[in-house]
Amino acid sequence: MEHQFEPTLLWAIALLPLLGFIGNGITAFIAPGRKVIPTLLGPGVVGLAFVIAGLNFLGLRGAELHEPIVQSYWQWMPVGSLSIDAAFQLDQLSLLMALVVTGVGFLIHVFSVGYMHDDAGYARYFSYLNLFVFFMVVLVLGASYPVMFVGWEGVGLCSYLLIGFWFRDREKADAGKKAFIVNRIGDFGFLVAMLLLFSNLGALDFATVFAAAPAAFPYGGAVVTALTLFLFLGATGKSAQIPLYIWLPDAMAGPTPVSALIHAATMVTAGVYMVARSSVLFALAPVSMIVVAGVGAFTALFAATIGLIQYDIKKVLAYSTVSQLGYMLIGVGTGAYAAGIFHLMTHAFFKALLFLGSGAVIHAMHHAYHATHSHEDAQDMRNMGGLRHYLPKTWIFMWIATLAIAGVWPFAGFFSKDEIIWQAAARAVGPFANWFRVYWLLALAAAMLTAFYMTRLMIMTFHGTNRTGEQERRHLHEAPAVMWVPLAVLAGLSVVGGWLNVPQAIKELPVLGWIPSTEWVHEWLHPQLVAADEIIATHVGEATHQAPLGGGEAFWALLSFALATAVILASAAWLRRRRVLPARDSAEPRGFASVLYHKWYVDEIYDLIVVRPVLAVSRFCWRIIDQGLIDGVVNGAGFSARAFGWVGAQLQTGQLNTYAFAAVLGVLLLLGFVIF
Amino acid sequence: MNTLPQLDPARLSLGLAALLFAIGVAGVLFRRNAIVLFMCIELMLNAVNLAFVALSRSIDISGQVFVFFVMTVAAAEAAVGLALVIAIFRHAETVDMKHFTLLRW
Amino acid sequence: MNDLVTNFPLAQLLWWLFAALAVGGALGTITRRNPVASLLFLVLTFFSLAAIYVLLGAHFIAAVQVIVYAGAILVLFLFVIMLLNLGHDYASDLRGGLWIVAAFGAAGLIGFAIWRAFRTTNAVLETGAGVHLDAQVDTLNAVGAIAQPLFQRFLVPFELTSILLLIAIIGAVLLAKRRV
Repeated sequence: MEHQFEPTLLWAIALLPLLGFIGNGITAFIAPGRKVIPTLLGPGVVGLAFVIAGLNFLGLRGAELHEPIVQSYWQWMPVGSLSIDAAFQLDQLSLLMALVVTGVGFLIHVFSVGYMHDDAGYARYFSYLNLFVFFMVVLVLGASYPVMFVGWEGVGLCSYLLIGFWFRDREKADAGKKAFIVNRIGDFGFLVAMLLLFSNLGALDFATVFAAAPAAFPYGGAVVTALTLFLFLGATGKSAQIPLYIWLPDAMAGPTPVSALIHAATMVTAGVYMVARSSVLFALAPVSMIVVAGVGAFTALFAATIGLIQYDIKKVLAYSTVSQLGYMLIGVGTGAYAAGIFHLMTHAFFKALLFLGSGAVIHAMHHAYHATHSHEDAQDMRNMGGLRHYLPKTWIFMWIATLAIAGVWPFAGFFSKDEIIWQAAARAVGPFANWFRVYWLLALAAAMLTAFYMTRLMIMTFHGTNRTGEQERRHLHEAPAVMWVPLAVLAGLSVVGGWLNVPQAIKELPVLGWIPSTEWVHEWLHPQLVAADEIIATHVGEATHQAPLGGGEAFWALLSFALATAVILASAAWLRRRRVLPARDSAEPRGFASVLYHKWYVDEIYDLIVVRPVLAVSRFCWRIIDQGLIDGVVNGAGFSARAFGWVGAQLQTGQLNTYAFAAVLGVLLLLGFVIF
Repeated sequence: MNTLPQLDPARLSLGLAALLFAIGVAGVLFRRNAIVLFMCIELMLNAVNLAFVALSRSIDISGQVFVFFVMTVAAAEAAVGLALVIAIFRHAETVDMKHFTLLRW
Repeated sequence: MNDLVTNFPLAQLLWWLFAALAVGGALGTITRRNPVASLLFLVLTFFSLAAIYVLLGAHFIAAVQVIVYAGAILVLFLFVIMLLNLGHDYASDLRGGLWIVAAFGAAGLIGFAIWRAFRTTNAVLETGAGVHLDAQVDTLNAVGAIAQPLFQRFLVPFELTSILLLIAIIGAVLLAKRRV
């Protein structure tokens, strides 16, 4: 069934959200109180973009596409030998990302209609959100690194704008600044990588770079290693990995749907997407792959430990996001790019669901506290408890998402996460095998922790007795339809999303295997990843079918399923018996729990070793160099001019004799020259 | 006949002219009375005249013609200068130049 | 004439006498606090200079010196002093202290420099053109000897001086009038 495939209105996927941004932006300026235009325009344009992406998907599904389709719209930067076009690229990978971005984005836009309904900045909110979708589409569809960078920077800008959406609150504005500044460090890496690419290959568009790279760069060479490490520095900024993850938990200061869309489902996956997109380059640099997977594995475990003890419902989800992003990087770092992208997709479903569910909870809590003019923290899980009686739909959806993220069969997370963990083990071949074995163990440990902290979140929020307060309890209510319908859709996706890619091995299992094995994601992405796969297969070797501790994929899948289920049941049983006090009655955590509660004191350590020295140097430059030296020279020049002027002015006595004396001296001088 | 050639009056007159000129300069430098200042200037002009006359003996009669011109200029200068003195005296009731520091910053 | 100047000892004696009077008068001019006294000392200097002009054989210049300078210009000065009533109740206008030292130092240096400058012209003075000048005066008499170059060689500058004087007259009238 081979036929020529033509993209349908590819440009419109990006243009529609941009139009939405302009329309909503104008509304925000002219009539900020009007809610009709943003309500229709905001979700509408994203929905239309999703429809167009879907049409392209249907067209591409039946076609054989081995090379990406590049559509160039205009010449953007013709500089010397370098010519960069404003071009979009349609292939299996970018289309899958565009579908996730516009699809999940559309659901979150719809949810926002309910969540932000009473906010004064309603139109402004939707204009930012549309702008974000526009830049995200540019990021995933861009046909060259510079175009991708435009989207990369643009989503960073929107992230900043939306984290600081309630900018009158100093803390929230600061959180926005923190996200922006930390991301700058990553962007520096991206830029350096682009310059290295240009100086070595003379081109920046994906097609040329990936075609030329295997010939231009020797396997494991210094240049390609440095290049990919710099690219990865950019990824750690955007995808919130160690050492640049610190902005993401603070980014929870923004509206909750923003956290769902930007800081969970789409933008933070940009780093993963970028590594997968650059798979050829990374495959050429085994050291970089070790680093990518290592940072991912360590971050996955590290963030999970912090998530164990947090009380803010969104903070738990934020660290969970950091942890899950770590999984994705293990995937793309071990060379299992499809597994990483697969987890990216399922994570977008269930993490968006979790965040939106928490949004519904916070929405209800906020209304309850607002009705009684109480100033308790609406996001603190210690103030919740027993909410399943008040938010039954949200409760069910959240449990689905929790089971999905914890990796319980047959929910989406089981397939994707298990795939990544298995790939870490299976790829433990070649010279770096031991590294991957360690990562495999770290990932397994993080999976256990994930199951625990998510169960804790659910138990504290929805089970046990209610701790909201006697007065407030009467005001708790389920979210409106505009909010829970998107939750239902995402819940459905969280259930079935994993079946897109059921590994062959699972099918061999007696109990779990009734779902047909498809490995659809692998096959779908194969044309884009085959080049990288070949490089890895040539230099490292084929993946094994044996875990380091023995046993095949099916055995370990079954084991991790059993472990996840066991952890959930055990922790649920344990936590249900524990009494939880409301936030204002609680004591500070002590001992090791305190270290975890304070996030391993990373913010404080960064403050000590980065922020303070930078401030000190800046203050030195300001006080000593700028004010003292430079201003001193400038002021000194002015002062000395004035001083000379003053001395000169003293000669100008106005007295006739003085002038005559000066004239006489002049005459004397002349006579002296003439005579002597 | 020329027993003392250095004492030739023409040559001596040149020395006298230098001396008178110096006295005039000194007067300009340390007097403040505008009229006396003019007198000192006249004194300097006369010193120059003396030099012209002395030199006319050795060179040419045109030295004396120059004296004639100098006198004319001196007369004009005295007329205008004294008119100025009258004007500033009307303005400030004094001709002491220490009160006239208009050129000061 | 030549004999009178160069060979007659009395003439040399007279020169010294008038030179002394001229210097004394000049010093009096610059040191007297009363402007009227200054002026009278200046008159003394000018008369002495007129006498020296005679000794140098410039009779016409000597006459003009007496008539124009001593007679007209200095009387104009006197008129102004009297007009402004500066002859009494005058405050001292002499600058003191270091200024006197500086003034006389600078003036002395200038005088010395001029004297040195004249000494370098000694070679010119040795030519003895003075004899030729005396002969000229003998034939054309004192007025004619000056008048000839004045109305021939220096005719244009001479006419220009008349314009200068006219401008000076107008300027003086304009400045001194109370209302134009």
